[in-house]
Amino acid sequence: MNVSIDPALSDGRAAAGEPVAARLLEARHIVKRFGDNVANDDVSLALAPGEIHALLGENGAGKSTLVKIIYGALQPNEGEIFWKGERVTIESPAAARKLGIGMVFQHFSLFDALTVAENIALASPKGVPMAELSAAIEKVSAEYGLPLKANDRIADLPVGIRQRVEIVRCLLQSPDLIIMDEPTSVLTPQEADQLFVTLRRLASEGCAILYISHRLEEVRELCHRATVMRRGKVVAETDPTRETVASLARLMVGSEVAAVHRAPAQRGRPRLTLDGLDLPSKDPFGVALVDVKLEVAAGEIVAIAGVAGNGQGELFDAISGERLGERAAAVLIDEVAVGHAGVNARRKLGAAFVPEERLGHGAVPGLPLSDNVVLTRHGTADGLVARGLMRFARAAEIVAFVTERFDVRKGVPDPEARALSGGNLQKFVVGREVDRVPGLLVVSQPTWGVDAGAAAVIRQSLIDLARSGSAVLVISQDLDEIFEIADRIAVISRGHLSEPEPAATMTRERIGLLMAGGAEKKGAA
Amino acid sequence: MRIELIRRAEQSRRMALLSPVIAVGLTVVFSAAVFLISGVDPLAGLYQLFIAPLTDAWSLSELVVKAVPLVLIGVGLAVCYLSNNWNIGAEGQFTIGAITGSMIPLLLPDFQTPFTLPLMLVAGILGGAAYGLIPGLLKTRFGANEILTSLMLVYVATLFLDWLVRGPWRDPMGYGFPQTERFNSAARMIMLGDGRMSVSALVTLVVVALMAVMLAKTLKGFEIKVLGASPRAGAFAGFSAKKMTLFAFAISGGLAGLAGIMEVSGVIGKLQPSISPGYGFAAIIVAFLGRLNPVGILIAGLVLALTYLGGEGIQVALGVSKRMSTVLQGVLLFFVLACDTLILYRVRFISSSRKAGAHA
Ligand SMILES: Nc1ncnc2c1ncn2[C@@H]1O[C@H](COP(=O)(O)OP(=O)(O)OP(=O)(O)O)[C@@H](O)[C@H]1O
Ligand SMILES: [Mg+2]
Repeated sequence: MNVSIDPALSDGRAAAGEPVAARLLEARHIVKRFGDNVANDDVSLALAPGEIHALLGENGAGKSTLVKIIYGALQPNEGEIFWKGERVTIESPAAARKLGIGMVFQHFSLFDALTVAENIALASPKGVPMAELSAAIEKVSAEYGLPLKANDRIADLPVGIRQRVEIVRCLLQSPDLIIMDEPTSVLTPQEADQLFVTLRRLASEGCAILYISHRLEEVRELCHRATVMRRGKVVAETDPTRETVASLARLMVGSEVAAVHRAPAQRGRPRLTLDGLDLPSKDPFGVALVDVKLEVAAGEIVAIAGVAGNGQGELFDAISGERLGERAAAVLIDEVAVGHAGVNARRKLGAAFVPEERLGHGAVPGLPLSDNVVLTRHGTADGLVARGLMRFARAAEIVAFVTERFDVRKGVPDPEARALSGGNLQKFVVGREVDRVPGLLVVSQPTWGVDAGAAAVIRQSLIDLARSGSAVLVISQDLDEIFEIADRIAVISRGHLSEPEPAATMTRERIGLLMAGGAEKKGAA
Repeated sequence: MRIELIRRAEQSRRMALLSPVIAVGLTVVFSAAVFLISGVDPLAGLYQLFIAPLTDAWSLSELVVKAVPLVLIGVGLAVCYLSNNWNIGAEGQFTIGAITGSMIPLLLPDFQTPFTLPLMLVAGILGGAAYGLIPGLLKTRFGANEILTSLMLVYVATLFLDWLVRGPWRDPMGYGFPQTERFNSAARMIMLGDGRMSVSALVTLVVVALMAVMLAKTLKGFEIKVLGASPRAGAFAGFSAKKMTLFAFAISGGLAGLAGIMEVSGVIGKLQPSISPGYGFAAIIVAFLGRLNPVGILIAGLVLALTYLGGEGIQVALGVSKRMSTVLQGVLLFFVLACDTLILYRVRFISSSRKAGAHA
């Protein structure tokens, strides 16, 4: 079967439509095991040229595993892959690229200090002159509405543009299939819209797109077909334009997603105060914090909105104590000046922190979850360390608690952090801190890469924590999330923080205005 | 043609443990080949090299004597390497430890009490630790590369020792030989049995046990692992990478210094221009061969000690240069690192004729 290659297909110009007739890629009966854990269990998937195909599923459903197999980054235990009708073994990403399969990873692999052209040259076949490559970059990028300047330095570019670099790098190899694993989680709504325009354009030219996202709204808007996975198996194939967000979520989770329930906030005493916090930028590519003022009180959730790279990371580090400022009184936790205290001293005062980057910052990839519990909780009175000796049983107990409460799905009881799917690790690092019932919780991108059901669980837990008398500060780029949970909203823009305003009277337009620099004027006044 | 190393997505724990065994196996094969080329019966050669030293009590005790400094230095280095501090200068810290420890019998010859030896050991530890702290401080203060500084300080230390024993500390009654007086009996290690084995063997076992507990069970051991694996996460845990650098250099320098003073007060009994056949460098091999694990290092130290003894064996029995053992140590490190690389990475050969991006 399927041995001859239809010229219309290899040309990549065939119309979408009946996918069975015109297959670009077909994965059949793929099985991938990690030990006893079956990440892909007899998964089959077919893609037609020009089709934007969504891959949906709960955290840990096996989506990333499947696309890594297609991109040659993992080898399946069983099953076969057909490319343009021919059976292929995709040994490595290089082999995949050679076939015409490109992938844009969620985490970029660009060198900050190099220019756009230099970064792209690193991944291109040797021997193409730089001038020629630069011209090609500018031409291709302009053609697809993703304008890039070949000589811009990566460090000076916002996240959305960096992603463009990755996409253009893909496009220069003129791929027939582009895989995108959660591409919009780091983009602003405007940047995401821009990306969709490009993807539609590519699709209309016959390039297939395999698209993973937890944002069901955008899947409905963008995708022609959707394959839904649950616990390693394909459970549905559907036309997302004919579904609602709720019905898609139901297909993924297998049951109704609970709505977040929020009682009105009773503001108590201030538990976190930033009083004119200044922080110089650490490196030439960073952002300086300028006179940041903020009060988060017991009982409330304050959210900080903003486009990535406007000082969120610096603000987080200054509050957590990973970077120390000039004045001790610039940061107060429960009225105690902690500006000169390290992260553990702040934790001892009841604070807890969840950074944006879960692997390599919030967790050590190569250590088991129980060790990662000790990572942030060894200094607080959790009984994890007694007279310098670690108490492993206690750590295992906490892992079990968090697993149960936040439904962390994993193969073995205590796997290495890197063996968890992205969303499940996120549930774990949030759960690890919420489980402490901290007096102050600072959390960056709390539901980054988390599926709809789990996002609801995490958001609810933040609300419950606040209502029980803690102060919660959320740094997020997701406005839907912010409006769902925040009592007050502030906007950060180039290191300046706007005055927080009650969520009830805040509008998206006003946030947009503040993001565009309105916060700066206010901060400077 | 181009060769690419591709990181394996999945790593096998079993292979990680098997790797040193494979490396030792390959080294044995390699030595057989070298014997063959140099016209020696490979079987006789291998027997002399690896088996003969295990056949009588004297050489067994010699094995322990040689393993002691290797293991002591190796466990210290493990702390460095686990925490991402590349101390290559243990040979220098060993030498300085030997010198500071020897100050007591040489400068205070009349101080002969039961405390003399313990105080010498303490002085050796402190001297080695202080000398180890130099590259540590240069790294944390100025960002100097510790591989270079620690290595260069080895030459400073050995030349300093050379100058001492030829100059100010030379034994006036020694017929002009470059060496110090013999240490008084209160300054000598207590011997076990009638070979050259001393209580240093017991000290080593205790150190191995303590380090094993520290690395596996204590928060400090956890800190070492975390900072080595992920500095950013380590900072988030409230651990200081700078303090860890100083700690690691102090521990490894101190243990190297302890090995140094026990070597001169036990086996040698005086200071002389050369007090080590390169233990500080061979211990790097020991640390990696032992998987940076104290118990593994204990075993690896005995294996390396065997190559020293075997080297002497083949020189006496077969007339092959004892430098052969140095070659074997180098080859062994090569195979250990190669096996480790192959566990972490897949090798791909890319022929330049098939250029990428050839599709339509
Ligand atoms: N390297 C690995 N070693 C062991 N288990 C793994 C590894 N990678 C993934 N898994 C397991 O395979 C399963 C599927 O993971 P995968 O990353 O494919 O999920 P996902 O659908 O992409 O989820 P998410 O939406 O959270 O990113 C999970 O149970 C995960 O724990
Ligand atoms: Mg994933």
